[in-house]
Amino acid sequence: MEQQAAVAECGHEQMDIETQVRTLIGQTGLDAGAAALGREDDLFDAGLTSHASVRLMLSLEDAFDVEFPDEMLQREYFSSVAAIAGAIGTLLGAGEV
Amino acid sequence: MDEAARSATAVDFRELSASVRRIADEVAGPAAADVDARARFPAEAMEALKQVGALSAGVPAALGGGGCSTRQLAVLCGLLGERCAAASMILAMHYIQVACIVHHGAGVRAWSDYLRRLVTEQRLIASVTSEVGIDGDLRRSIAALEADADGFTLTKHATTISYGAHADDLLITVRRDGDAAEHDQVLVLVLGGDFELLDPGEWDTLGMRGTCSPGARVQGRGELWQVLPVPFADIAPHTMVPCSHLLWAGAWVGMATDAARRARSLVQGKARKNPAVTPRGAERLADLDARLQLMRADHEAVLRDYDELLASGRRIGATDLALALRVNNLKVNAAGLLREIVLEAFEICGIAGYRNNSDFTLGRLLRDAMSASLMISNDRIRSGNAAMHLVHKGGAIRGLSEGRA
Repeated sequence: MEQQAAVAECGHEQMDIETQVRTLIGQTGLDAGAAALGREDDLFDAGLTSHASVRLMLSLEDAFDVEFPDEMLQREYFSSVAAIAGAIGTLLGAGEV
Repeated sequence: MDEAARSATAVDFRELSASVRRIADEVAGPAAADVDARARFPAEAMEALKQVGALSAGVPAALGGGGCSTRQLAVLCGLLGERCAAASMILAMHYIQVACIVHHGAGVRAWSDYLRRLVTEQRLIASVTSEVGIDGDLRRSIAALEADADGFTLTKHATTISYGAHADDLLITVRRDGDAAEHDQVLVLVLGGDFELLDPGEWDTLGMRGTCSPGARVQGRGELWQVLPVPFADIAPHTMVPCSHLLWAGAWVGMATDAARRARSLVQGKARKNPAVTPRGAERLADLDARLQLMRADHEAVLRDYDELLASGRRIGATDLALALRVNNLKVNAAGLLREIVLEAFEICGIAGYRNNSDFTLGRLLRDAMSASLMISNDRIRSGNAAMHLVHKGGAIRGLSEGRA
């Protein structure tokens, strides 16, 4: 039971993170419109430029009060809404330990 | 590579570099003033380079090429750069195109066949990345590939195509198709006979006149295998950008070495006439040498890192910020140091350097050197670096052996 509750809670947190990530993607100026993106849709294919990805990274670091270490500055961590939310989740988790 | 193959390659490179030095001294150097004056292609130097197989130096030995590392290619560019900057820059640009094919066409039979053909025919490849309307941004294209029943056609309005009229083949960036975004690019080979350069402009510039780089409207066609099987988004950070800066810097180190040689020769001539006195200019010569050492050391260090990453088999991506910064820093540093070194030589040589008809003339070198900060503008690179520094946390280059900063 406890485990299930934890999983559900974690799922909720993840959804919250994804919602915020979506908002930030919209604010950093993605042509396609962040709302229309699927969780796994490739942001770079959707028109995320390298300049916009820097702006996005900075606003993520500010909003979640995290720092992406150099080894996480890789395409795979920024390729989709789900990937970014996963990376943020990892960084937030690491912060709590 | 086993020991025998390694030492065979080493012997081959000694021979190849000796040949290129001879071509620089006996062919490219004597023609350099005429190439510059008439803004003409250094045809005799390029022909001599083909004769010794220098155009396939970067093709793997398994395909019949020279199997040279990036560092070795940069050495060859430098040897030529000591005598003719234009010929050296042409060789550097050709090597960059070859590297794109070697790194990203590997393992595909049609591309291996093309590289074998490049070895036997010593084909010269020109690059078409510039375009009207993209403001010098390598990572954007307006022109697009148009697929048809036989393969593809394309039309691209390029602002500069170096030695395009003298190239056997072209390597061209275009959008993947008519619906693709500006940055969704592919790199396409168009073979001689399949392209036309329409309405070529004039190439009447301050320096680098022998590169013959006017703009033109390129019309070309080809088969689908001629589209490199990897997105240009991957080719740019792994090969085109680092190889450009490393091999251009090879040419620039050669040019700086030329300036140092002229200045040294003048100072030593003065010293011999009056051995009791350290001649004026000797201290400047010492300063010049210190700058040349910095330039060489930075170049060597980045070449070593890049060749080590290539050897490790790791793919270098757009987010490898530590490497991108080092490569960009090298470009900005080398372009700046080249200009300083040539200007220092100018102060040392005085009126003898100012004259167009003396052994110490520096006019052409000065004009050629001014191109270094413009080809991919240093300002554009600095602004890219600035953006990277907003997120880069100062870590080392990923994938290098332990203990390397």
